[in-house]
Amino acid sequence: MTSWFLFAAAGAPEGGLFDLDATLPLMAIQVVVLTFILNALFFRPVGRNVEARESFLATTRTDAKQKVLQAQRLEADLSNQLKEARQKAQSLVVDAEEEMDKLYRAALASAQAEANASREVARREIDRERKQALGQLKADAELLGDQIVQRLLAAT
Amino acid sequence: MVPLSFPLPFAELEVGRHLYWQIGGLKIHGQVFLSSWLVIGALLALVVAGTRKLERDPRGAQNLLEFLWEYLRDIAREYIGEKAYRDWLPFIGTLFLFIFVSNWGGALVPWKLIHLPSGELGAPTADINTTIALALLVSLAYFYAGLSRKGFRYFEYYVEPTPIMLPFKIVEDFTKPLSLSFRLFGNILADELVVAVLAFLVPLIVPLPVMFLGLFTSAIQALIFATLAAYYIGEAVHEEAH
Repeated sequence: MTSWFLFAAAGAPEGGLFDLDATLPLMAIQVVVLTFILNALFFRPVGRNVEARESFLATTRTDAKQKVLQAQRLEADLSNQLKEARQKAQSLVVDAEEEMDKLYRAALASAQAEANASREVARREIDRERKQALGQLKADAELLGDQIVQRLLAAT
Repeated sequence: MVPLSFPLPFAELEVGRHLYWQIGGLKIHGQVFLSSWLVIGALLALVVAGTRKLERDPRGAQNLLEFLWEYLRDIAREYIGEKAYRDWLPFIGTLFLFIFVSNWGGALVPWKLIHLPSGELGAPTADINTTIALALLVSLAYFYAGLSRKGFRYFEYYVEPTPIMLPFKIVEDFTKPLSLSFRLFGNILADELVVAVLAFLVPLIVPLPVMFLGLFTSAIQALIFATLAAYYIGEAVHEEAH
């Protein structure tokens, strides 16, 4: 049984830790071939895949950002329109209320005027009829008085 | 099984023994290739399973693969820079995945169940040949990256910011692969040795914390190797702002 460090100490004719031989160039060739195989099977396809995904994500993200911006612009537009529409509706309501008020007042005023006029007419009529009636009464009274005076005078 | 009456039971550890295969006149370490094929097979199986049907909403293994891809892309992009990282992502990513799966495979797969005529299976990265091969690939990669991007202006890097740096930068070209390979090799081998020694001394429970520590070290070493490779390449392709 040979102790292992005797081999390591290069005492043996064959073998040893630092036994360099044709393994070295063959291994180098093997690794170079492996590099080309892995490049064809692994690095190129996976790299293409990953980079395609990265660019896909980037474009999708910019698209989404643009869409968000557009949506925000649209929202601002629409809320402006909504505000304008509300203001317009408000002013319409105010206008309508004012007009209604005006109409109401006008109708009220004309109705009052008409009522006043017809009351005046009625008052005049009453006055005239009272005067007429008074004149009639006065004439009747004078006539009666005259008849009384004549009958009295005739009796005496 | 190991007899318990040994004064030093870890004599059973077979460090430095290899399963030799002859190809022409060349000798190679068979156990390293066997385990590396398992590692590569596992990687390819995962990749094929996860990319069979790629969808925009990932499901199953595709999630894991996309996570890995983004993780590696972040490493490459951070250290190599926005301009050049695409060319080097497969290399950095392969280094990371190969080292990571090798390290974890070495720590998690019960290799002892498979008996080899000589040597034993383990993490491919616990063999100095593998780590030197990876480190030399990194050196070639950063030279190639610098030269192909900047031409001979690449060598301006050696005299910037002052020509005094020239010898240090030349020495750096040698220390970079050396430190890369020995760091990985040493960490993984040491981790396997510690776990094996502890498992021989106290077979139950006690090695578990060390095993977890080993998993942690393995992952960190893969990350360090990939990060340093990316950093060296980034340094080579970096344009000074004149």
